[in-house]
Amino acid sequence: MSSRSAQVKTNAPRSVKDLRLGESGTICCLEDPEMALKLLEMGCIPGTQVRLNSRAPLGCPITLVVGDEDYTLSLRVSEAATILLKD
Amino acid sequence: MARATLISDPTGAAASALTLEALRDVPPRSHRELTRIALIGNPNSGKSSLFNQLTGLNQKVGNFPGVTVDRKTGISQLTAQHRAEIIDLPGTYSLYPKSLDEKVITDLLYDQASDQYPDFVVVTVDASNIRRNLLLFTQLADLGLPAVLALNMMDVAAQHGVQIDIMALQQELGVPIIPMNARNGVGIAALKIVMSRQLGPPTRSFYEPGDDLLPMIRQIRYYFNLHNDYLALHYAHQFRQISFLTPDDKAYIGELVEKYGFQATPRQAQETIDRYARINDILLNTVTVTRTEKNEPYSNKIDKVLTHKVWGYLIFFGVLFMMFQAVFAWASYPMELIDQGVTWINQLVQTNFDGPLVNLLTEGVLAGLGGVLIFIPQIALLFAFIAVLEETGYMARVTFMMDRIMRKFGLNGKSVVPLISGVACAVPAIMSARTIENWKDRIITIFVTPLMSCSARIPVYTVLIALVVPDEPVLGIFNLQGVALMGLYLLGFFAAIFSALALKLLLRTENKSYFIMEFPVYRWPRWKNVGITIVEKVKAFVFQAGKVIVAISVILWVLASYGPGNALEQAEARVRATAAEQRYTPEYTDIRIASEKLESSYAGLFGRTLEPAIRPLGFDWKIGIALITSFAAREVFVGTISTIYSVGQDADMRTVQQKLAAEKDDNGQPFFTPARAFSLLVFYVFAMQCMSTLAVVYRETKGWKWPLLQLLYMTGLAYVSSLIVYQLFK
Repeated sequence: MSSRSAQVKTNAPRSVKDLRLGESGTICCLEDPEMALKLLEMGCIPGTQVRLNSRAPLGCPITLVVGDEDYTLSLRVSEAATILLKD
Repeated sequence: MARATLISDPTGAAASALTLEALRDVPPRSHRELTRIALIGNPNSGKSSLFNQLTGLNQKVGNFPGVTVDRKTGISQLTAQHRAEIIDLPGTYSLYPKSLDEKVITDLLYDQASDQYPDFVVVTVDASNIRRNLLLFTQLADLGLPAVLALNMMDVAAQHGVQIDIMALQQELGVPIIPMNARNGVGIAALKIVMSRQLGPPTRSFYEPGDDLLPMIRQIRYYFNLHNDYLALHYAHQFRQISFLTPDDKAYIGELVEKYGFQATPRQAQETIDRYARINDILLNTVTVTRTEKNEPYSNKIDKVLTHKVWGYLIFFGVLFMMFQAVFAWASYPMELIDQGVTWINQLVQTNFDGPLVNLLTEGVLAGLGGVLIFIPQIALLFAFIAVLEETGYMARVTFMMDRIMRKFGLNGKSVVPLISGVACAVPAIMSARTIENWKDRIITIFVTPLMSCSARIPVYTVLIALVVPDEPVLGIFNLQGVALMGLYLLGFFAAIFSALALKLLLRTENKSYFIMEFPVYRWPRWKNVGITIVEKVKAFVFQAGKVIVAISVILWVLASYGPGNALEQAEARVRATAAEQRYTPEYTDIRIASEKLESSYAGLFGRTLEPAIRPLGFDWKIGIALITSFAAREVFVGTISTIYSVGQDADMRTVQQKLAAEKDDNGQPFFTPARAFSLLVFYVFAMQCMSTLAVVYRETKGWKWPLLQLLYMTGLAYVSSLIVYQLFK
């Protein structure tokens, strides 16, 4: 929690990586152009809501529920960090 | 033809003709030609179920031209008169390939001149996940390929409260839609009827490349004589990877791309966004989602246990342990039956016939055939387990739980699938590494996969463990031999991951590795798919490995029965002379003769040449012969020693184990001491003794560098480890 409030102070945008378990956010943009191609195809379009569904036992990878369908995506924390969220 | 155009007419009355009844009136295609239909769809959209429903056991597995991706084709009887060839394409999320596997699709669909070009495509769409699945469909439609949309998993969609207005969606998409459940066969009959008709190209387009791109697109289009703009755009995106373009073609496109300042990555991103916007519009009018309950999906509940930080790993190890117990314990009953059957036939032949060919038949052909047939139960069980793990979606959880760990060793969560499949056979396992997009992760996975103990090693393990490990229960439920087998598998696994770690430090690359993948929901396995997988694998083993094994058994029999010049006669004469001197019993004389004859035969010569090198490992020239023949395929080991030791022993001793147990060293003690047996076991865990694996690594890495490194590394590791084991325990 403390690291998150520190981020707010420095105005760094939040990313999917910063979501808490069960928390939802709306995708604002994708930082890494190459990875964006794959993420877009998998339904991570800016404006889509994503929810942090679970974390692997060792904290990485994580699973996200994408959009309002029952569709679950798994990805690494480093990859989740490139998905920025709207405020 | 008039009717066919009616189908593709999107306007007015014609659109309402897109019902199944109307399609029945469309004239069927010519009956003489075999229609070529490609099956394409997202992973997990039920494509393989549909393929199995359409073709049953009429399947053939070959390769796509130039690459080694499995090309599954099958013949489907669509109507009484109409048969079609169905090509099952690898699952993909879009027409922009991210892996070698997916590249096969674009190579097939971009080359209209190819004789493999499909007449039309059946696109499988997961109805419960329709938004993401339609992305691929809209791309295919824009390529102008005639298409049928198989709207699969309608039952799952209904459970999720997804209601789809099929008629409205059909009008929006401009192709026939067949709602279905491929798992239980619902909708297959309707799909077959539509597939037997002549279909026009789709009439809707879903994406317009920007006007600023048109000059470039048109030049490519006219240069290559392409039938539409979207295909030309794909040439601009992917010309470097399209295998059928000549260097001149690629240079031409390269110049155009340069001239017009075409930026592939942002264009592709924008295209995907635009397509999703269009799909959202379409779904707004055709799909309603009514969520009745806000209950947590059952998959999540299961995952709380199966991917739990303690239970998850315990269950995973439990599953692996079950697999080994099954392969070792359950398989033994049918194996015994097969063994007795072969023995019975062997005796039948020996008692009823006589002559030089009978020896060839019993000691060569039948001995080899028995060695092949006996492993069918183990292979079937192993592939049954792997198929069920894949089918249920559990394999994806294993990947998910293991990624963090595997990454530490330079591997990838996705390496788990090749590594676990490597337990069955390294050849398909290495091919399955194709799904790993990252080059370094993939090379490392390919390099270490053969260290996983494949099913061909099972015979060697089984025979030697049974020889030196007592058949006793451990902890009440397990069997000591099963535990020993598990230990050998773990040894191979640890060798694999530590070799991977070493390679991770040695290899350098700039490429990032990805782990973005769909997390499928849990499903009951489709037993028909499991069954077809088993049949396929057993067939491959019997007809591919089996041929080699029987052939080598025959060659070995010849090598063991003949020697240079009259060496064999001389050996016999020598023994008879000593026998007369020492007053041997007739039985002992016969054994001595057979033994001396084998030593003087060609096989004995080979083994003896090798003996100095392998003596420090505790091996003699007979094992030396087996090591040589094992290079063709490891399972030949058992056949070889069976042949070698069957020469000149008691007629009652039928099983390989009895033969080995009866083998005595120079001091009259049992030859196969635990030290010798374990040294040999360790050698078989590590050694690269498989020509097929080397061949497939050559094809997969496009060069001899990696297979040769593998051969040197693994054989070296085997030699050193065996040396240590034997010298420590002898």
